[in-house]
Amino acid sequence: MTDDLPAHMRPERSFQGLILALQRFWADQGCVILQPYDMEVGAGTFHPATTLRALGPKRWNAAYVQPSRRPKDGRYGENPNRLQHYYQFQAILKPSPPDIQELYLKSLKAIGVDSALHDIRFVEDDWESPTLGAWGLGWECWCDGMEVSQFTYFQQVAGFECSPVAGELTYGLERLAMYVQGVDRVYDLNFNGREGADKVSHGDVFLQAEQEYSRHNFEHSDSDMLFKQFAMAEGACKKYLEAGYTADKSKHLMVLPAYDQCIKASHVFNLLDARGVISVTERQSYILRVRELAKACGEAWLKTEAGGGA
Amino acid sequence: MPDLLLEFFSEEIPARMQARAAEDLKKLVTDKLVAAGLVYEGAKAFATPRRLTLAVAGIPVRQPDIKEEKKGPRVGAPEQALAGFLKGAGLTSIDQAKVQPDKKGDFYVAVIEKAGKPAIEVIAQIVPEVAKAFPWPKAMRWGEASAKPGALNWVRPLHSIVAMFGPETEEPEVVPFTVGDVVSGDTTTGHRFLSPGPIKVKRFDDYMAKLDAAKVVVDPARRAQMILTDATTLAFAQGYELVEDEGLLAEVAGLVEWPVVLMGSFDPAFLAIPEEVIRATIRNNQKCFVVRDPKTAKLTNKFILISNIEASDGGGAIIAGNERVIRARLSDAKFFYETDLKTKLEDRLPKFSQIVFHEKLGTQAERIARIVALAGHLAPIVGADVVKAERAAQLCKADLLTEVVGEFPELQGLMGKYYAQAQGEDEAVAHACEDHYSPKGPDDMVPADPVSVAVALADKIDILTGFWAIDEKPTGSKDPFALRRAALGVIRLVIDNNIRLPLLPLFIWARGDANGKDLLSFFADRLKVQLREQGARHDLVDAVFALPGQDDLVLVVRRIEALGKFLDTDDGKNLLAGTKRGANILRIEEKKDGASYTGAPDAALFAQPEEKELARAIGVAKTEADQAVAKEDFASAMTAMSKLRPHVDAFFDQVTVNADDPAVRANRLRLLNEIREATRTVADFSKIEGG
Repeated sequence: MTDDLPAHMRPERSFQGLILALQRFWADQGCVILQPYDMEVGAGTFHPATTLRALGPKRWNAAYVQPSRRPKDGRYGENPNRLQHYYQFQAILKPSPPDIQELYLKSLKAIGVDSALHDIRFVEDDWESPTLGAWGLGWECWCDGMEVSQFTYFQQVAGFECSPVAGELTYGLERLAMYVQGVDRVYDLNFNGREGADKVSHGDVFLQAEQEYSRHNFEHSDSDMLFKQFAMAEGACKKYLEAGYTADKSKHLMVLPAYDQCIKASHVFNLLDARGVISVTERQSYILRVRELAKACGEAWLKTEAGGGA
Repeated sequence: MPDLLLEFFSEEIPARMQARAAEDLKKLVTDKLVAAGLVYEGAKAFATPRRLTLAVAGIPVRQPDIKEEKKGPRVGAPEQALAGFLKGAGLTSIDQAKVQPDKKGDFYVAVIEKAGKPAIEVIAQIVPEVAKAFPWPKAMRWGEASAKPGALNWVRPLHSIVAMFGPETEEPEVVPFTVGDVVSGDTTTGHRFLSPGPIKVKRFDDYMAKLDAAKVVVDPARRAQMILTDATTLAFAQGYELVEDEGLLAEVAGLVEWPVVLMGSFDPAFLAIPEEVIRATIRNNQKCFVVRDPKTAKLTNKFILISNIEASDGGGAIIAGNERVIRARLSDAKFFYETDLKTKLEDRLPKFSQIVFHEKLGTQAERIARIVALAGHLAPIVGADVVKAERAAQLCKADLLTEVVGEFPELQGLMGKYYAQAQGEDEAVAHACEDHYSPKGPDDMVPADPVSVAVALADKIDILTGFWAIDEKPTGSKDPFALRRAALGVIRLVIDNNIRLPLLPLFIWARGDANGKDLLSFFADRLKVQLREQGARHDLVDAVFALPGQDDLVLVVRRIEALGKFLDTDDGKNLLAGTKRGANILRIEEKKDGASYTGAPDAALFAQPEEKELARAIGVAKTEADQAVAKEDFASAMTAMSKLRPHVDAFFDQVTVNADDPAVRANRLRLLNEIREATRTVADFSKIEGG
């Protein structure tokens, strides 16, 4: 497949080419290709297309890029591979198909990673998200000793058993691109696949943002406001969930707006955590508060149509 | 006799679970075979990242026939009873039953012959049972089937099962069964990348050969051997030496089906980082081996990686990829190390006041303050400089807050030493930063430098008295804070360094609210385990700890040794026997009378010379033993006791304790009590087994 592409679209030369190749691959497998969720999240898993859709009996196959924010991982643009904002590519397949590992390997091939040349390994790595009340078993996928993806069979999300189980694939796009482009510093990635004056690097696009957000996340973010935002998001989430239930509580009609507030609370917590204003003991209780929201959203989701409860 | 071949083929099984799973499979299947009357000749189990394999040789073709006798009603019993009996026994007429006499008359007996089932049917029943209840440490559901109740749980999705049964000379058969939605068959799969096609197999030998040809080495021991041999050779060829690592070897053998050993290198500038950090980086993060130069015994800038494929380019791309990852990892490690060096250990301490050690035991800062106080208190006792001991105690936990230890917790202590040396601390202080964790287990070395000993004891005494004070003691297999190890550590520190340290006052000094006596008995249990491992008798530990005031472990152990030697002599054995005999009589009579016979016997009531002699001998032995014990000369104390033996023997030979005259009897019982009391100078003989 890669042979038909113009040079600037080839995944080993172009960051966006790599993203498009993955989208194309998963589209060919019947996934709906979604666009990023329009809120700040810590990982692609938070997208309702994964968290909520992983619950309930209905089939669901989707793939999307999700910009992910990890305020604590900012390094003012000085670390060659740590970013507070990066891209994840996420594929979610429910129920997990029997050949999901093969599909994953084919997707690597689609971006130019040849399994005859490279040592690809599935190394135990179980996944758990305390804030989402979720866990699963799976692996980190290694290519020549480098972790390039996370592979998880969701067993539980928002405190509920996944029935059926979904398979989740998460590609760390910058890292994968660094590998296929042979680049050691993330900011040196060729973003648009052009050369010379036309070339746009990852640094051209994101270096300034990394520096600015690092200053913000560690030094200047408004803690007072954030504490208030957390409380407001938490309150709104609960309020919306309550309002969404039908009188007999058998159905729920407004879970997505409530879940947005759960996402919001989670991100605000991450910002506060990065700012160092949450003590070790408080930290746990904030995580639990977000988890309670996620659980309540999951419970409500199971009473909606897409959740299979209506 | 026929053989069984089983293979469970799945997605990648975590390396750490493979060996155990293979053993479990073997045990569970063969136990059930034996329980079903199918006694086999031998069994072998193997694991790879993608399969569990079991070969059972020499299984009988069928279960043995069973003959069962079923007792029925009396001859002449009512029709209804007879009919019930016939139905239950599967007979059509009462003529088919035998008649047997017993005490009450003649009875009908049905002889039921149960033909054994063919082994293949039994196996088809056993294997799914084993699979459904397989004891994976963590298991999961997957795919379409996961929506149904009772879905199969396996470590990762299960794809196929081979189950072949048959004699060597004939075509074996598939054992038919279903596990989850997997149907057993005769087909497996080769190496994921090198030979991904289906493979039909018949029995164990062709299975092994065909998989070998399909680039799968089924036997993990062989994979490990291949890795070790190739890695050693590859290093040797370049004039280096592989740094062997058993744990890593087992792990990488569990990550590949077809091991291919390759060597890569990194920038020698990284060798400025401490070797342990390089090794931890390369080992933990990348699962690669490090290599040293045999001439200097130092690490070189090479590493050995184990690939799972024979790459089409000979491995160049794989090596290049691994080198890039290792370069990035070492850059991080170097950055961490250099960052750490910029902050003095003492400047990290304030942060400990925000870190909770345990909710009931306060912060790490509070714990460190207690260790400092204890180390200062212990320093003169163990012959350490007080200032150095306190300084070391102050700094010994600081490396927990460094970047390197954050990344590699197993380097705690060691990094503390390096950072202490780098900031110019006294060598004894620096070493204590590392060695205060020791001994970490029964085989770990025991620190000998007094500063290290003081801090090591302080660290352990604090944790033990702390958890005793809040009553969170180890129970059964639960010992989350490794308190058993801490107590054993104290025991070894004290004994190996011959430190005279009464523990009870120390416990009180450390924490008045801890139950010192209970903690001391915990120490006695640990000491028992320790001595038992050294081949000593654990009952002697009880015999000594049963005496009051036994909290000086050096003396306790010396006394146990002397007691053990004494009990190996004839005098010792007989005295023990005599003492026990006396104690038994005393116990029985005291119970009978509801009284206790304590206090000195009355010399005027002695009726026989043996009584008088014994009383005199007890007096002498007790005085001599007391004096010897006061001088801590336990051997002499035992010798003094041994002089009692002929008098005790003579007493039991010639004197009847239960005399008719109640006053004489009571006096004799008091004399027996005196034997017990006298022997308690050296040990509580009633706790000693045998005799």
